[in-house]
Amino acid sequence: MHQEYTVIEGDFVNAGKASSSVKKTLKQLNVNPQVVKRVVVALYEAEVNAIAHAYGGKVIVDIDADKIKMVVADKGPGIPDIALAMQEGYSTARPEVRDMGFGAGMGLPNMQKNVDRLNVTSEVGVGTTVEMEVNFQ
Amino acid sequence: MFYHALQIDEPRCIGCSRCMKICPTEAIRISGGMASIQEHRCIDCGRCYEVCPAQAISIKDDDFESFRQYKHSVALLPSVFIGQFPDEVSVSKVYATLYELGFAHVVEVESAAMIYKEAKEKYAREHPDVRPLISSFCPAIVRLIQIKYPSLVENVMPIKVPLDLCAMYALEELQSRGIPREEIGLFYITPCAAKVSAVKAPVGEEKSIIDGVINMNSLFNRVYKRMKENGKDHQYKPLSRQRLSADAILSTLTNGERRICTAKRSYSIDGIQNVMDFLDKLENDEVEGVEFLELRACDQSCAGALLSVDNRFLCGERMYARARKAAERERNGEMPRDREMEKYKDFLIDNSLVDEVQPRSMMVLDSDIGKALEKMEKIERMKVHLPQIDCGVCGAPTCEAFATDVVCGQADLHRCVFYRLHLEQAGKMTLHEGRTNMYSVWGDDRISGEIEV
Repeated sequence: MHQEYTVIEGDFVNAGKASSSVKKTLKQLNVNPQVVKRVVVALYEAEVNAIAHAYGGKVIVDIDADKIKMVVADKGPGIPDIALAMQEGYSTARPEVRDMGFGAGMGLPNMQKNVDRLNVTSEVGVGTTVEMEVNFQ
Repeated sequence: MFYHALQIDEPRCIGCSRCMKICPTEAIRISGGMASIQEHRCIDCGRCYEVCPAQAISIKDDDFESFRQYKHSVALLPSVFIGQFPDEVSVSKVYATLYELGFAHVVEVESAAMIYKEAKEKYAREHPDVRPLISSFCPAIVRLIQIKYPSLVENVMPIKVPLDLCAMYALEELQSRGIPREEIGLFYITPCAAKVSAVKAPVGEEKSIIDGVINMNSLFNRVYKRMKENGKDHQYKPLSRQRLSADAILSTLTNGERRICTAKRSYSIDGIQNVMDFLDKLENDEVEGVEFLELRACDQSCAGALLSVDNRFLCGERMYARARKAAERERNGEMPRDREMEKYKDFLIDNSLVDEVQPRSMMVLDSDIGKALEKMEKIERMKVHLPQIDCGVCGAPTCEAFATDVVCGQADLHRCVFYRLHLEQAGKMTLHEGRTNMYSVWGDDRISGEIEV
């Protein structure tokens, strides 16, 4: 099962569209509700990151019988120091983004907490790709 | 398999599909010119009942006269029942008429509202890790969460609602007077379909102690008729006391639980669509720091219940007026404490827990994930070819629901009118076959002849 979604820069109104759609799919597949929750939380964080920090991007989802693989690839400023970005509370979000309740520096740590595999690759000035996997069992 | 209280009266059903289009859980299909309800999807919210133009949807209840077989019949009355009557009809007049109709005892279920509140607070203290806690008050909401939001079932407080607590109280009280159980008949006057299901097939319990349910509007007719027959000069037996507090009266209305809860951040949401919009967000963890949720399926909560006779706002305001009077008596120290109910408080709170709410997802395509994936891919492929206008001519509410039905073997692809036209033009289907298909959904007498313009 393959799904793709487009994320538009600054479009907070539609944040969560991809994760909601993935949620519905996983419910139909009878995936354990707690696993569904982890997937949705992680994907939502990644979606918001692409909206808040980058110039939009793509969400690519592949589901098989054992696991879900999610790739959120954005075109944007990139992350100079990924290890630093993985720390709780570290944020480079602009004040107006923070005013909307986003950008608390919990995004990447929260993804890490909820998925079984996380891989972040980034090139400054080009963009960031977040790859996540969650096992169903 | 799954109990639901809403039922379609087939001879009356005109197969108009209004119910199919409004059902929030897509539980209704049209076939053979008639609507049918898929029991695993129905949560008894009653939106179909409201829109049916033919009164073809009814709520299962028990024979009205059946309470007479009990020497000690108890009318468990929702306070919205009192709110149905015009201002000049007093509370005590309604009670007196119920006694005249033959009920041995009348008790408003909201008299247990404060005990329900305490039971919820106790549960909240004992389960500090579960947040938000969702009220168990509205049975349609509990069922909605079971079938559509399985990850939230553990947030629903498994606590008996005021109705059950009040029934337990009445039973204990009568038995303590030495009255045998078989002489006691507990009858709930139900304002909606979901509460019938809550009595007939309770969530988290084997069986309810309530012996029967009576529809609120049929009782209203009988009470009102009796009052008319009694005439203006009739002497009604005065009610010795009114013991319902303002908080208790308001508890069934929107915000009724929230306004007296101790949670720091809480929401009260009414209307099934509003509730679903919120739960979608909550399930994604998009709402933070919520401690308590009061969710009600009906707009204006129980004042807007299906079997409400009067307008929901008129009924709600009458209840507010009654609550204001009660509050004034409380302020003046004229409200006697409900010592009778207090005697049973600890007993009721100790026995207020039911089993945890279990998910029963309606959404699962197959219990085997591999097969479910296969089905889903078929549905996705099929959807691309369907018109995506949700016209409903196939007898399903949306193209997606139709595709799912087809893949799950519950509908024939030829029911899609656009697909049929395509086949007819390609010479793969005769006009006669197309017509037969159309009639299999809608019945064969929709158009009787040519229409003159």
